[in-house]
Amino acid sequence: MEQAQHARLKRRKKPLRSQFIHLFPVPAVAVYTLFVVYPIFAAFTYSLFDWNGLVMGKFNNFANFRRLFTQEPFNHTFWNALQHNVFYFITEMIVQNVIAFVLAYIIFRKVKGAQFFKIAYFLPRLLSIIIVGFMWKLILNPNMGVLNIFLKKVGLSSWAHAWLGDPNTALPAVVLVNCWFAIGFFMLILLAGLQAISSEVLEAAKLDGAKGLRLLVSVILPMMFQPLVIVIVMTFIQAFEAFELVFAMQGSQGEPYFSTDLLAVFFYRTAFGGGSGESGSLGIGSAVAVVMFAIIAAISAVFMTYVNRKQAE
Amino acid sequence: MKFVALKRSVLYVFAVGYAVIALFPMLLMVVSSFRPNVEILTKPLSLPTKWSIASFETLFVQLNYASYIKNSVVVSAVTLVLLLLFSIMASYYIARFPFKWNGPLFFYFLIGMMLPLKLGLVPLFMLIKQLNLMNTLWSIILIQIGAGIPMTLLILTGFFRTLPKELEEAARIDGAGDMGMLLRVLAPLMKPAIGTVTIINFIAVWNDFFFPMIFIRDEAKKTIPVGMLKLFSEFTTDWSVLFAGLTMSSLPILIIFFFASRQFMDGITSGAVK
Repeated sequence: MEQAQHARLKRRKKPLRSQFIHLFPVPAVAVYTLFVVYPIFAAFTYSLFDWNGLVMGKFNNFANFRRLFTQEPFNHTFWNALQHNVFYFITEMIVQNVIAFVLAYIIFRKVKGAQFFKIAYFLPRLLSIIIVGFMWKLILNPNMGVLNIFLKKVGLSSWAHAWLGDPNTALPAVVLVNCWFAIGFFMLILLAGLQAISSEVLEAAKLDGAKGLRLLVSVILPMMFQPLVIVIVMTFIQAFEAFELVFAMQGSQGEPYFSTDLLAVFFYRTAFGGGSGESGSLGIGSAVAVVMFAIIAAISAVFMTYVNRKQAE
Repeated sequence: MKFVALKRSVLYVFAVGYAVIALFPMLLMVVSSFRPNVEILTKPLSLPTKWSIASFETLFVQLNYASYIKNSVVVSAVTLVLLLLFSIMASYYIARFPFKWNGPLFFYFLIGMMLPLKLGLVPLFMLIKQLNLMNTLWSIILIQIGAGIPMTLLILTGFFRTLPKELEEAARIDGAGDMGMLLRVLAPLMKPAIGTVTIINFIAVWNDFFFPMIFIRDEAKKTIPVGMLKLFSEFTTDWSVLFAGLTMSSLPILIIFFFASRQFMDGITSGAVK
């Protein structure tokens, strides 16, 4: 009671704070609510209605989801795309993050010219992802692309390949290009994690005789828990919303023969056209979006609770 | 001692090897844009015998490249100014005033970080249509402001919390109002944080392809990344022009990067790690 009175007195002494202050968050709240929160949540509503894009039809009670999971060609395309997204995630986890970690570790060990290497590795990340896609499409071209010409020059002409035209190599090629794009960024995050480990801990471990691989596995990696989880979650989100690279390199059908189709590409095609008898259904498109939201939210939530619990320990 | 030297050289082989992988495609892109098409197709791996800027002329004469650039500049500039203004005001409010709804408000802003806006595309499309913003630069600007707010707000709020309170109290006594306090006292202190969020958002806005592709169909309103689509459908055989387009679209951001590479890299990681 006394405290409250005291606080009031204290406040009175200051110049009166105007009610104007409450207007400060209004523009941010307005734009963010209208253009981010509303669309994300409205997608759930949209997925429950029957629609052709002009007028919202009637409530159809999860029929869009039933069609997505059971009716040709949707169910087939959906599982096909989901598998590709999982492949995308796993390959990135291994190729992109392992290389990023090795590079971060090399820079952490203080090679000469570390600043140059950091810049060199990071540069690809500055390009627009669509530009990256187009650029690599030219490089991987079967006849005129530099990669095949190089392979022929060095006597490996049997290795030359229609990388993007063969259903077996098309998806791995796209994923590797994404790794090329993103490695520098993940390297920086992991490097920040490495540099946050206190040098005393490292010294103590060295005194105890830990070095090389042993130092890495039993001292450094456990201390990198948080940055590693961040990297995994970001890799996951990146893999599940991937769209631009496939769109630039393989078109909106995920050519050849849907071998590079991803959930986001399927979503775009279903909602906004692109032929193949799947297009023009905003309802089913929204259902795909909702399933993707659910996957991303569930996995991220699991990781985040795990991190929080670990931190609380 | 020998063994240590060997280990060192293995590190360098890796370091240099990956630098080549990272840089070579970009170098190829730039060099190829300066050579005639015939040469790209006959001997793509050698250096150009003659440097020519003919393909850049094609970009500006036969395509609307100048207008793509202008649109990209307008979109980036307007987005960044408004995004910064809105986010600074909101984060100042959240970080500095002890209202009971500030916690939930902060949390509300963070929701948008986890879920990709891309997936809200269908409702967003209908909304832009209803607001009559189809084919206007405002459609992308507003979406980009909204999309940039969560990360920007997170970084700025964290920064506001590190500033000493005494400074504001002193300014209050000198009679500063809320807006004056923010602009004259706090903003100058915030330069590093503002630099960080500007860079993070500039990369995102300048490079965005997805939303402009959906909302801008009018040739005169296209930004650079969407303009590239047209280039790739019309100049399928003229690789020189294609490479010139790719180079031209990447150049502005690469040039800025060379002046502030450290800030760029610190900025983008502080955005991710915090």
